[in-house]
Amino acid sequence: MEITVNGDAVTLDGPLTIARLLVEQEVKMPDMVSVEHNGKILDRAEFDKQQVRPGDTVEFLYFMGGGA
Amino acid sequence: MNLTDEQLERYSRHIILEQVGATGQEKLLSGKVLIIGAGGLGAPAGLYLAAAGVGTIGVIDSDSVELSNLQRQVIHHTPDVGTPKVESAAAKMRAINPDVTVRTYFDRAGPDNLVALMSEYDFVIDGTDNFSSKYLINDAAWFARKPFSHAGILRFSGQLITVRPGQSACYRCLFPDPPEPGAVPSCSQAGVLGVLGGVIGTLQATEAIKYLLGEGELLTDALLTYDASGMEFRKVPVRRNPRCRLCGPSPTITVLEQQDQAVCDLSGSCNC
Ligand SMILES: [Zn+2]
Repeated sequence: MEITVNGDAVTLDGPLTIARLLVEQEVKMPDMVSVEHNGKILDRAEFDKQQVRPGDTVEFLYFMGGGA
Repeated sequence: MNLTDEQLERYSRHIILEQVGATGQEKLLSGKVLIIGAGGLGAPAGLYLAAAGVGTIGVIDSDSVELSNLQRQVIHHTPDVGTPKVESAAAKMRAINPDVTVRTYFDRAGPDNLVALMSEYDFVIDGTDNFSSKYLINDAAWFARKPFSHAGILRFSGQLITVRPGQSACYRCLFPDPPEPGAVPSCSQAGVLGVLGGVIGTLQATEAIKYLLGEGELLTDALLTYDASGMEFRKVPVRRNPRCRLCGPSPTITVLEQQDQAVCDLSGSCNC
């Protein structure tokens, strides 16, 4: 199936959870990521349950604490 | 306000702009911007806001200039090492433009002083370097109903978003809870490319200027991300989160408190 991750088209096998997507996309520090799924920010507890379906849009928003 | 001949000359490149003009320049001269943190982000923001003739600029920071700051905090120069950052920054802003009144606060922004301080300004720039402060500023801006520019930089990346409390998505809408302390590498370990502060800090200044002018579209309900490696900017649309603990319909944060997680650096003295 094809989905959009951070603006890029990505082809993946079958439906999968957000948690699985984080692994497959090799997100190194999943604790440092907030996930927007089809425009909705997910709670961390939903990562294991929320299914990603063909055509979905997922954004990984990274925590960035620096500034000084 | 009537612009003097000297001001007409100093701001001539603004005044010839259709979107600014003499009226816009007068708005800038009567505008008040608070910069929280005179570091990587606050340094370029302060320089450009002063040059632009923003009439009152407040700077709050409790640190003094260190040698390792000079790789990116361009408002501080080598002879300033050891000087409070607010003094060093104020001296440069006054030297650039004597029209500007600089107010310095050699202090930490905390839950006890932030709402009152923000209330004295039109727009706030978050130039802090840790999550605890970034959440605190977001929450204080909500209680003060003050628009602000949030930003973060790390390694080769940066991001920013403008928040108009009650009208657009806030930082907690996007990042409901701070990351677990153990999950965060220390900033001094992670490092940051010096120019990142310049890129992102000047974008924050741009937002402040647009807000004062009432021109253009603010970066609200969108997170702008910048990746210096691939030289890529992306604008990720976001929206208010109905489950937001601060600005949602059923808030659980009803008083301003600092979540004292020194997540950036366990010693609390992050130098990123
Ligand atoms: Zn919110």
